[in-house]
Amino acid sequence: MTGGITSPEAGWRQADRGPATQRTGKKRRRGGGRGRGEIAMVDDVEFTSYYGRQIVKTPVWKSPDVPLYLFLGGAAGSSSILAALADATDRPTLTKVGRYTAGGGAILSVVALVHDLGRPERFLHMLRVFKVTSPLSVGTYILSPFSAAAGATAAVELLGWFPRLKRFGGVVSALFGGPLATYTGVLLANTAVPSWHAAHTQLPFVFGGSGMAAGGGISMIFVPVEEAGPARKMAIAGAAIELAAMHKVESDHGILSEPFHQGRPGKLIQAAKTATAAGAGLAAIAGRTRVGSVAAGALLAAGSLLTRFGVFEAGIASTKDPKYVVIPQRERLASGQHDHSSTITR
Amino acid sequence: MTISSASPAFTGRDPEHRLFGPLPDVQAEAGYQEEHPKRVGFFTDTSVCIGCKACEVACKEWNTLPMDDSHGTRDALGLSGMSYDNTGQLGANSWRHVAFIEQSRTVDLPMPTFGRPGDDRQGSGPSPATAGDDVSLANAQQSVLNAEALSEFDPQTGQTGADKQIRWLMSSDVCKHCTHAGCLDVCPTGALFRSEFGTVVVQGDICNGCGYCVAACPYGVIDQRKDDGRVFKCTMCYDRLTDGLMPACATACPTQSIQFGDLDELQERADARLATLKAQGVETARLYGRDENDGVGGDGAFFLLLDEPEVYGLPPDPVVTTRDLPAMWKAAGKAAAMMVGVALTAVLGSRRR
Repeated sequence: MTGGITSPEAGWRQADRGPATQRTGKKRRRGGGRGRGEIAMVDDVEFTSYYGRQIVKTPVWKSPDVPLYLFLGGAAGSSSILAALADATDRPTLTKVGRYTAGGGAILSVVALVHDLGRPERFLHMLRVFKVTSPLSVGTYILSPFSAAAGATAAVELLGWFPRLKRFGGVVSALFGGPLATYTGVLLANTAVPSWHAAHTQLPFVFGGSGMAAGGGISMIFVPVEEAGPARKMAIAGAAIELAAMHKVESDHGILSEPFHQGRPGKLIQAAKTATAAGAGLAAIAGRTRVGSVAAGALLAAGSLLTRFGVFEAGIASTKDPKYVVIPQRERLASGQHDHSSTITR
Repeated sequence: MTISSASPAFTGRDPEHRLFGPLPDVQAEAGYQEEHPKRVGFFTDTSVCIGCKACEVACKEWNTLPMDDSHGTRDALGLSGMSYDNTGQLGANSWRHVAFIEQSRTVDLPMPTFGRPGDDRQGSGPSPATAGDDVSLANAQQSVLNAEALSEFDPQTGQTGADKQIRWLMSSDVCKHCTHAGCLDVCPTGALFRSEFGTVVVQGDICNGCGYCVAACPYGVIDQRKDDGRVFKCTMCYDRLTDGLMPACATACPTQSIQFGDLDELQERADARLATLKAQGVETARLYGRDENDGVGGDGAFFLLLDEPEVYGLPPDPVVTTRDLPAMWKAAGKAAAMMVGVALTAVLGSRRR
């Protein structure tokens, strides 16, 4: 009986489940009430899946290891840049705090990264090749020299030895600081995880800005206000960049922006935005008072940490529902906006 | 000759299709510049799959894979509760997965009806069965069987009622051994490599379980074995290939649904099969992963499907993530420069004490 497969498309539906297609159940949200709720959402779309099962695998990366790694790398990277520049302009306390943050963050980063491996004792296997197609490989060659230089600089700072070596180590770590903070955006985006990949040109800016907010914020907590001017300025600028880039991530990608608004990741990101904006505002208004500086710094660092957790978990959520794979790919095929041919040959 | 575990190298605009697009000689790109065997692959023709799962069993046996349930939980035995498919998905312990889909549809065609001979004759005297007997028979059926369901479903034709049909779709899924393999591109240890047969294989003694490949596969094939920490996937029976044998699944397949051979030959065979099916009126037949210009440069293991790919749990338009990597590195570079710029401005713009 081939009657079933002889008619084109033929209206076949999954048996005993009603239609094989599912609806996303997403209603267009209307603007109104508070302005922040006005987000252009995707219309209710029909799509098909295999018993509602996910298509791409959920990353096996652990939380809090990886989000913590993202945060520490950002804070350490921006602190190392700030410390080197503070050293060059003769700001001893800012230099010292920046170096401690960079060194401590670097060492903890390595611990978090190694702990996340399925076989931690094989960490050194990452040093047997260098592959520019693997952000984790590139990251290993950013993190290794950075943590060596920043760790050593912080150690000699603590012990008060070799002042010249200290300056050299500080400069080396500052060179790797920027890449350390921003490559993590590529690390997440260069995957098949739908909501991360969609934001692939924006995540490095989110993480770079977030890293500056965190690094500047931490320095604001520990450095006397009269010397913390550069930290304050960097933190406020970083927070502004983080908020702006994050806004694009959250609104530019249609259905793939949805996980950034829903459930736990949505709450984390909302909290992150609130903390970051409040911290930046407080730093601008009351950053020159001791209490204001500490409070603003803590808020900015907390905002940065929450951003990392929010972005991490939003990506995880986007792997668990097949609609985030099927619908954007179907739309891509339908719109003809692809530089490759369809994988389906009819 | 150096055989690089790095996949096709990194060039900005990618004019030679090293990150994206068709690659006529994938082994040479990976460093097998002298003599190497032809690229091999699987052509899985789901139109003749009977869902026997011999491929799954042969794969587990040959590769000594542990038991797992439909969620990949090791040493667990359980029913998926959704269909005859209790394997559920590809994973670290299931390198072949037979998808099973039961579908029904309404048909408007007038169905031929069959009755007892003589039923269509009117007024030919009393029938052997009296009305009273009919009632008691119906009652008897109602009591022991769901007579309604019985009368509506005819297992011989697979037709329910007069206007419904059902069909079963079965498809043995496997690692696609992509031309541009995301897993291979992102592996930071070189544990994943391109074999001389053009397949993609994990070296268990190198893998450190970073899990990057799991997130990078657009098909959701490779996965981590939780208690082991490392990742596992189909090797296309690399050990058998080096000894000139067919992979276990293709050897076990009783209907030649899984065909193994040189990839170019399989592609020709698939094109011919598609043409045959179309000529027979099977309009829903289509090839999946056959086109070398698709988002992953064509699959080493491709399929003939009878419905849309997502019905089988396959992505409709997979693209290797590293296609966009140059743009990502550019953005990261700009963002890093921005950080230095912001810090410099902040320091120079502040009065010293």
